[in-house]
Amino acid sequence: MRPELLTWLIPLPPILAFFVIVLLTNRSNRLSHSIAIGAMLASWGMAMAVFWQAITTEHLGENPFAASLPWLPTGGGVLRFGVLIDPLSAITLFFVAWTCLAIFVYSVGYHNFGKQRDPEDRPGLPPRAGGIEPMYARFFAFISLFAFGMLTLVVSDNLLLLFIGWEIMGLCSYLLIGFWYGKDSARRAMVKAFITTRVGDVFMLLGIAYLYSATGTLNYREILFNEDVLAQLAAAPSGVLGMSTAGLIGLLLFLGTVGKSAQWPLHVWLPDAMEGPTPVSAMIHAATMVSAGVYLAVRFFPLLSAGWHEGGPLTTTMTVVAFIGAFTALFAATIAIAQKDVKRVLAYSTISQLGYMVAAVGIGAYVAAAFHLVTHAFFKALLFLGSGSVIHGMEHGVHKTHAHVDAQDMFNMGGLRKKMPITFVTFTIGGLALSGFPLVTAGFWSKDEILADAFANGHLAVFLTLALAALLTAFYTMRQITLTFLGQPRTEAAKHAHESVWTMTAPLVVLAVFAVAAGWVGIPEGFLGLRLGIPNWFHDFVGGTLLEHPPALAFNWIPLLTSVAVASLGLLIGWLVYRRQAAGAPDPLEKPLGAVYTAWKKKYGFDELYDFLFVRPLYWLAETFTYRWIDRGVIDGFLHGVAALALRFGAAFRNYFDKPVVNGFGDLVGETTKRAGRTFRSLQTGRVQQYLIVGLVFSGLLLSYILLFQP
Amino acid sequence: MTAMQIVFLVIGAATLLGGVMVVVSRNLIHAALWLILSLAGVAALFVLLEAGLLAVVQVAVYIGAIAILIIFAVMLTRRVMADSGPAANPNWWAAALAALMIFAGLVVVFMQLPALGAAQAAPLAGDPEVLVEDLGRALVDVDRYVVPFEVASVLLLAALIGAVVVARPPEEPLPGEEGR
Amino acid sequence: MIPLTWYLLLAAGLFCVGLYGVLARRNAVAILMGIELMLNAVNLNLVAFWRYITPTVIAGQVFAVIVFAVAASEAAVGLALIISIYRRRSTVVADEINMLKW
Repeated sequence: MRPELLTWLIPLPPILAFFVIVLLTNRSNRLSHSIAIGAMLASWGMAMAVFWQAITTEHLGENPFAASLPWLPTGGGVLRFGVLIDPLSAITLFFVAWTCLAIFVYSVGYHNFGKQRDPEDRPGLPPRAGGIEPMYARFFAFISLFAFGMLTLVVSDNLLLLFIGWEIMGLCSYLLIGFWYGKDSARRAMVKAFITTRVGDVFMLLGIAYLYSATGTLNYREILFNEDVLAQLAAAPSGVLGMSTAGLIGLLLFLGTVGKSAQWPLHVWLPDAMEGPTPVSAMIHAATMVSAGVYLAVRFFPLLSAGWHEGGPLTTTMTVVAFIGAFTALFAATIAIAQKDVKRVLAYSTISQLGYMVAAVGIGAYVAAAFHLVTHAFFKALLFLGSGSVIHGMEHGVHKTHAHVDAQDMFNMGGLRKKMPITFVTFTIGGLALSGFPLVTAGFWSKDEILADAFANGHLAVFLTLALAALLTAFYTMRQITLTFLGQPRTEAAKHAHESVWTMTAPLVVLAVFAVAAGWVGIPEGFLGLRLGIPNWFHDFVGGTLLEHPPALAFNWIPLLTSVAVASLGLLIGWLVYRRQAAGAPDPLEKPLGAVYTAWKKKYGFDELYDFLFVRPLYWLAETFTYRWIDRGVIDGFLHGVAALALRFGAAFRNYFDKPVVNGFGDLVGETTKRAGRTFRSLQTGRVQQYLIVGLVFSGLLLSYILLFQP
Repeated sequence: MTAMQIVFLVIGAATLLGGVMVVVSRNLIHAALWLILSLAGVAALFVLLEAGLLAVVQVAVYIGAIAILIIFAVMLTRRVMADSGPAANPNWWAAALAALMIFAGLVVVFMQLPALGAAQAAPLAGDPEVLVEDLGRALVDVDRYVVPFEVASVLLLAALIGAVVVARPPEEPLPGEEGR
Repeated sequence: MIPLTWYLLLAAGLFCVGLYGVLARRNAVAILMGIELMLNAVNLNLVAFWRYITPTVIAGQVFAVIVFAVAASEAAVGLALIISIYRRRSTVVADEINMLKW
């Protein structure tokens, strides 16, 4: 089958699954998850087929698989919607399909399929004692819709269709973060996520509009693969901060990335999004949705970097991007050190790693950014799913011991390597990949490439920031592993934890394989000075997406050594500090770091700051100004006034016209008749002689009249 | 003034006097007796008018029957008369006025008929017996006045029966009469 | 010798006196007496006219005879009524027999 046709079909099964589950199979859990997983499997299969065809095609960058339909007749021409598989979208499709499928399968076990429904569980609250999730089918419907959104975004060939997929994912993330809507914290988190990403989306929409008005099209090939268009956009000044039109558009689009990929300053929603079930965290906030932000940035690299050439100084836009990326990477890493909740650590870790990718885009390391995107998706999804398995085990222990401990607090765990071996091994592999453990983990290769690029092009500030962040990353990752799995169990609950079902552990294993092996496709050619003779497949493949194939870097020892050093150092220190953590003891870093630790723990107070600056005034505007003053006061007041006026008018009408005049007239007629009657009836005395007299008098008068006047 | 005129005046005065006393007397027996005087006066006037039969009939029917009947009725309804109030009802002045008006009207009418003013009595054509016989024959003559005669008879019969029926005492006490 | 008008005036006077009696007297029997007076006046009038205007036509007398009959029957019935009313209401005062009052 032609790849274009298959590409059209890829997003189709999940959306069909969504409608079928919602409309038809809502009541049957087994049928619902079977349809969802079946659909995802179908999409995965088609994605693999397309991917295989893509990588076996020469020069995919020049001749991508593309097809489009005329969709919307506009004033000048016709807006076309279509699909495009070029190298960038091919590899994105690859990791999206694998991670989504793994997460779908994982969800079956995570939501305790096969267990009895606990009669005390309510829909809207998480199951307390290991019973099946009451809203099981709904979950699968939502993640199917989510998969549809992401796949649409990946295969689209224009910015508008991408935006449609973007927004669908935004909706699903809202729905899934607040999946357990019975919890107040979940409800607040879902609104926070939606609103915060919305801020970014507004700027992105501005960028889309600006781009359309500047070029008259939104198709990738027509803008990004077209030298004339790029040159024209790069040359035209935009009037803002001295940036070219392309630069401004790129910046606006990048702001969408800042929202979606939780970069500073719009990072506040992602940690709260951990309120959702763990598969949601894995899917949306590790593997796919936040990656969509980076995908956008990478896709529009030609616009962002318009006016820049390899080795030259960075444009304004790129500087902003790089700054935000590097800053976020370090910023989030520091916060992660002081977190207790196992999922929070991973959340900040995600923010940090996305910062890496964004920084890479900012400094022009196009291929490195794409590479890290792929590898990060695998090992972060692995880590999240593993944390879900850990939490499940801990909850089982909590239920068994009837203890009231937080199952997600790492300081309540410990020694789980014995109780949950598969989870331990896979989690450790993921953690090492995240830290960039040399050679055998995918993270090493991608992270190293970013550092190498930064160093080679002389962006030392970025280099040092990222290196420091890598050190902290390794540290907190080892902290996490040590606290959770190593040592002795610190609570009774941890002692009674057990391994999870195969539907949860099998995806962990599959992702672990990728976490190890995915890096090997991107080994630089001149690694360690050796002439390996194997070309850097990833670089060649993905590099073809751009008009100008980016040159491969020459090998340099310094970034490599730095990378290895910070990784090893971080891992070692992390292990040393936490290996003897006792039950109930505070975090050993708390005392020495003092106020710094508190700042990290409190996330630098950004939530409080935004609350003060934005949330409270908006609440005031909505509650007091709009609702109380305008709506109730002015509008309702006006209505009540009109009503009161009408009532008064009606009453006046009634009292001064209806009653006196109309009623009065009617009553008058009756009253007059009565009075006349009463008056006249006095004639009826019943006394015959009176009748006679009267009759006589009248007839006499009549007679006289006739006789006298003789008419 | 001739003798006839004087006689007429005396009889006329007596009749009028009787009439006035009838309507003024408080005591009903007195009134009935005054009525008899009036009726007698009228009979005398009939004689003056040379309608002898009518005079006798007047005496026999009116005085002999009707006046007696009236006296009977007075006596039968006498119990209540002891405590009766004034003889005339409160509207007597209106009645007097009406009577006066009618009298005046009649007088005016008479004055306007000049033929009446100078009418004199022409002598009667035949004997009184022939008159009576003629009257008798007229009452039963088919071409003349038998129908009114018969109708009057029927009227008398109806009155007779009606009076008997109306004046019959009630069989059982009428509702509302108990306790009276 | 005696002008007709004298008879007419007398009859008119008698009639009006009888009228006064009918209209003014309280006792029902007295009213009836007044009626008799009126009828007598009428009779007098009739006979006077007969004698002075058409003495040859006997219709005047016939008329008077019929009036006699009517008067008699009317007196009988009237008195029967009065007696009947007296029996039921124990009164013969005309003003008190006012059941047709409003």
